[in-house]
Amino acid sequence: MAGDNDADRLKARDLIREIKRAGIRFIVALPDRTTSEHLLKTMIKDPDFQVVQVCKEDEGVSICSGLYAAGHRSLLLMQYTGLLDSINAVRGVAVQGKNPVCMMVGMLQKEPGVPPRQSKRYGLRIVEPILEAMEVEYHNIEAPGEADKVVPAVEAAYSESRPVAMLIGREPI
Amino acid sequence: MMKRDEMLKVLARHRTDEIVVAVYKAAQDWIHIAPSDLNYTFTGAMGQGSSHALGLALGRPDKRVVLLDGDGSLLMNLGTLVTIANAAPKNFVHCVCENGTYETNGGVPIPRHDGFTFTGVAREAGYVNTYTIDDLEDWDRNLDAILKEDGPIMVDLKVEPGEDYPENFPRLYNTEYRDRFAKALAES
Repeated sequence: MAGDNDADRLKARDLIREIKRAGIRFIVALPDRTTSEHLLKTMIKDPDFQVVQVCKEDEGVSICSGLYAAGHRSLLLMQYTGLLDSINAVRGVAVQGKNPVCMMVGMLQKEPGVPPRQSKRYGLRIVEPILEAMEVEYHNIEAPGEADKVVPAVEAAYSESRPVAMLIGREPI
Repeated sequence: MMKRDEMLKVLARHRTDEIVVAVYKAAQDWIHIAPSDLNYTFTGAMGQGSSHALGLALGRPDKRVVLLDGDGSLLMNLGTLVTIANAAPKNFVHCVCENGTYETNGGVPIPRHDGFTFTGVAREAGYVNTYTIDDLEDWDRNLDAILKEDGPIMVDLKVEPGEDYPENFPRLYNTEYRDRFAKALAES
């Protein structure tokens, strides 16, 4: 059971530290309620990052791919609805195009401590099965220690030239 | 109105070390007219060319990026104009090969072709400058200056089909060519 104490919550500063450790300097983003307040707003102010705001999430899949061809690592930050809206770009650009598009996906309104597949919300329940059908690796990140998943997930995506999704299960504080 | 292949041959003559991102019909023609490891055709899905080009422009601000977009493609990702204007890459030349149709998909007209200008939307979005060119001599005469101008700028190129080059999507999206592109770009 997920607690409500701060000690039991995922920290935005831990995610940011791990994103930097993964060598990411470009953040491509469309605001998401799960990650806007403590993650995106903090990164916008952080001179270590260059944040590219997009109007629609599928743009971000391709911007990250262009950055990759230019020799840079990047992170696409979006809500799960944006991931669902970007399926054709993830299909053609990231998977078939073998681009290491690293997606950090806010799972808006997922119940704390409940696996996405067991959510009461249809939109959340279908995320993991869709990623599996598309052969996109994913990682659930919700508890404090799970920020440690970021670096190996990003490293594997770049070394294998394939996308990865990191599903943020609860708003980091 | 310009024949697309003739318009592209002019660009090939003026090109020095620019990255050229091309989509659909322009890409099919361009890889035959101006083969180069700095051609980027690996856009993967319709509408995405401008976003790939933006990533390249932001990643390599020292290199000029020329995008050969399509009108149907741009309509599919019109918000890209705001994204690009907001990011404001000075090295970005956004050419729209406007033929008024979804040529690859059967030649069906694009919506609102007679009542809508891409340059108008680009200006409203915040592009620094825009041009509309429908004459080959104008294109030839102005291209050197356009390629040196601070962007993002849009060039609406009024084109019609010219010589028909063979269609080869597997070649356009071939990741081995993408890896060659990345290597050539890293070395340039």
